[in-house]
Amino acid sequence: MDLRIDEKQAGERVSPATLVSGGAAPAEDGALYEARKQIYPQSVTGTFRRIKWIILAVTLGIYYLLPFVRWDRGPGAPNQAVLVDLEHNRFYFFFIEIWPQEVYYITGLMILAALGLFLMNALAGRVWCGYLCPQTVWTDLFLAIERLAEGDRRERMRKDAGPWNVQRVAEKIVKHSLWLAIAWWTGGAWVLYFNDAPTLVRQLATFHAPAIAYIWIGILTGTTYILAGFMREQVCLYMCPWPRIQAALTDENALNVTYRYDRGEPRMSVKKAKAARTLGGPAGDCVDCGQCVAVCPTGVDIRGGLNMGCIQCGLCIDACDNVMRKIGRPERLIAYDTDVNIQRRLAGLENVFKPVRVRTVLYTVLIVGIFALMAGKMFTRADASLAVIHDRNPLFVTLSTGEIRNGYTVRFANMAPKSRHFVLKVEGLPGSRFEVIGEDKNTSGREDLDIGPDQTRETRLLVFSGTAKPQGNSTPLRFVVTDETGKTVATAKDFFRAP
Amino acid sequence: MANASDPRVDARTGTPTTGHEWDGIAELNTPLPRWWLWTFYITIVWSIAYWIVYPAWPGIAGWTHGMFGWNSRTAVVQDLQELKTMRAAGEAKLSAAKLEDIEKNPELLSIARAQGAAAFANNCAPCHGAGAQGAVGYPNLNDDEWLWGGKLADIQTTLQHGIRWDADKDTRSGAMPAFGKDGTLKADEIKNVAQYVRSLSGLPNEGGADLAKGKKVFADNCAACHGDDGKGNQELGAPNLTDKIWLYGSTTAAIENRVTVGGGGQMPAWGDRLDPTTIKALTVYVHSLGGGK
Ligand code: SF4
Ligand code: SF4
Repeated sequence: MDLRIDEKQAGERVSPATLVSGGAAPAEDGALYEARKQIYPQSVTGTFRRIKWIILAVTLGIYYLLPFVRWDRGPGAPNQAVLVDLEHNRFYFFFIEIWPQEVYYITGLMILAALGLFLMNALAGRVWCGYLCPQTVWTDLFLAIERLAEGDRRERMRKDAGPWNVQRVAEKIVKHSLWLAIAWWTGGAWVLYFNDAPTLVRQLATFHAPAIAYIWIGILTGTTYILAGFMREQVCLYMCPWPRIQAALTDENALNVTYRYDRGEPRMSVKKAKAARTLGGPAGDCVDCGQCVAVCPTGVDIRGGLNMGCIQCGLCIDACDNVMRKIGRPERLIAYDTDVNIQRRLAGLENVFKPVRVRTVLYTVLIVGIFALMAGKMFTRADASLAVIHDRNPLFVTLSTGEIRNGYTVRFANMAPKSRHFVLKVEGLPGSRFEVIGEDKNTSGREDLDIGPDQTRETRLLVFSGTAKPQGNSTPLRFVVTDETGKTVATAKDFFRAP
Repeated sequence: MANASDPRVDARTGTPTTGHEWDGIAELNTPLPRWWLWTFYITIVWSIAYWIVYPAWPGIAGWTHGMFGWNSRTAVVQDLQELKTMRAAGEAKLSAAKLEDIEKNPELLSIARAQGAAAFANNCAPCHGAGAQGAVGYPNLNDDEWLWGGKLADIQTTLQHGIRWDADKDTRSGAMPAFGKDGTLKADEIKNVAQYVRSLSGLPNEGGADLAKGKKVFADNCAACHGDDGKGNQELGAPNLTDKIWLYGSTTAAIENRVTVGGGGQMPAWGDRLDPTTIKALTVYVHSLGGGK
């Protein structure tokens, strides 16, 4: 809690003092728990509000509609552009198909996401929280519906404080039904990412969908309804780890939504300020109208300085700008700025903005580097793979002739959407021969395998020392797979063990 | 608003303290939201509900059984049943297939190998080792020497009826006599025949034994089972003595000991304990380890 909050605004947010007297615990200890104070954010218009509406429309549009986008992958393969196919262990994203062993792409994406958050944070604070976080976006949507059903801030405060009547009940019913409908739709869209969307929609409509779909829709309906309808800022204040992490990652050059107290203080009414200015005395631009607090979705008074509760949505900037225009003072009394600049202005120096700093450069380099690495790997990745695992026990077998044999488990994957013919050879030990269990024994030194589209095959392979005399107890071997055209499509390395 | 002059309010932040103080360091009171407290109470209620709904409390002669009769044993049984249902299709194919055809069909082979590996780990590994590598007296199943035959049918028979397993009347029997202990052979005869046996696989003569005498002893006593050329007889489980594989070792001491005490290892008849499909899978698994004929 900060001290600079004005008496008049004390009711806008939870004041510790109110708890000392009102809590259940003995007065001398103060209450250790406090009831949540309902926040009634006021609607506002302006640049940042517009940006937030656009982001809301685009992100929710993507979320709800993406499962219906089709992408032709040929016969036998799903034609949904984005699909998590848990049953067949595949993840499809437009032209990309990820197999379980390539889960490192997902890891890579997560690393990119984390670095992206760091970079955003280093440049302009909690951009994620204020504009992009699902908690913020859905809460914004639910607030819009609340205003639609029950009116804006003052009206809602008045109604909630007043008695129940038919109109109030009707409005609440409308609000909660709309909330539940959106929450249900949110859960519904979620499950569509895991199944063929049109089929599942048909099944859901006729109540023939698998139970697991209903369960997940139920869970997400519940979480959306509760988190966006009731928990709201409590999620950011008490449940989310990011505010704590980002606070540790920020520095004095990161832009944050800042009240420029060098310009705003001392606060006074328009009239007094005019008088003070004519006299040449100090006069702040802040008229103490409380608009910045009224619009804040987390109930923060940004004039108290950078605050953990502030998700940096920029709405107080819009609110304050509107006031400044009305009273004929310059906009951006609240703005994306830094404390460094406030100090510089107070000292009569120019503003400095330093977006290029060691950490932003480092984050950018890392992001670009990791993305390039992933993209490079993605576009050069083979459409066939070979994995070889040497028998652990026994490492080698002595045969009755004294010949040495090694066993391997070999897994081929044909990741192309067509049947293919592969040829396997084992190099590195001249004079040796190999066999594949289940195939006819041959001495041609090659093994032919047909593998169906998008399939894997595991076999057991035996390498015999033959006439070779293995050098030492470990001779490197190379397993080479070529396709019909003789092109090498996959290789693997292992060893031939001997006594 | 908190009064800054109040000793129970931290002057710097304006936050009330809990009144607790240690060496001048006061604990600030930043209240938790009340819903958090309720969530905590709900978890307590939830845990009590758990005690009632699920088996929880031990008693003198039993335990509380909970409300729906859930217990971990029936849960395991149910899981196993589900596993059986899941495997039923593959299992049916395996049980319908002819033993000789399984290895020719990649799908059947992989089913048999998976099931065989699991059964092997559960039943066979204690003697033959996790990788079937064997030990002294317990054959290595990876190599190409077979005491009782390495064809699929031979392996299946061995699995089904065991070796020297008296409870099964079709068990494989035939044991090495204790030539030394029962006095059939004297010490120098044993010494000679042991070195002769070593010479069959090209091992050097240790201790200056008379190989010609050893050969004579061999022809009179051993050839009946091991063959005139020492190549063994799978009908009797008599090992081939001319190759590089030695169940009990190729040292002079090991061979002399075998001639002296005779006998042989035992293997249970798995036909009584495992179902025919599992035996089939095990057969294919052992055969596919690499030494199968
Ligand atoms: S909206 Fe602007 S003028 Fe009004 S209180 Fe906030 S900072 Fe001051
Ligand atoms: S203080 Fe301003 S920027 Fe921060 S959460 Fe409130 S309205 Fe958004």
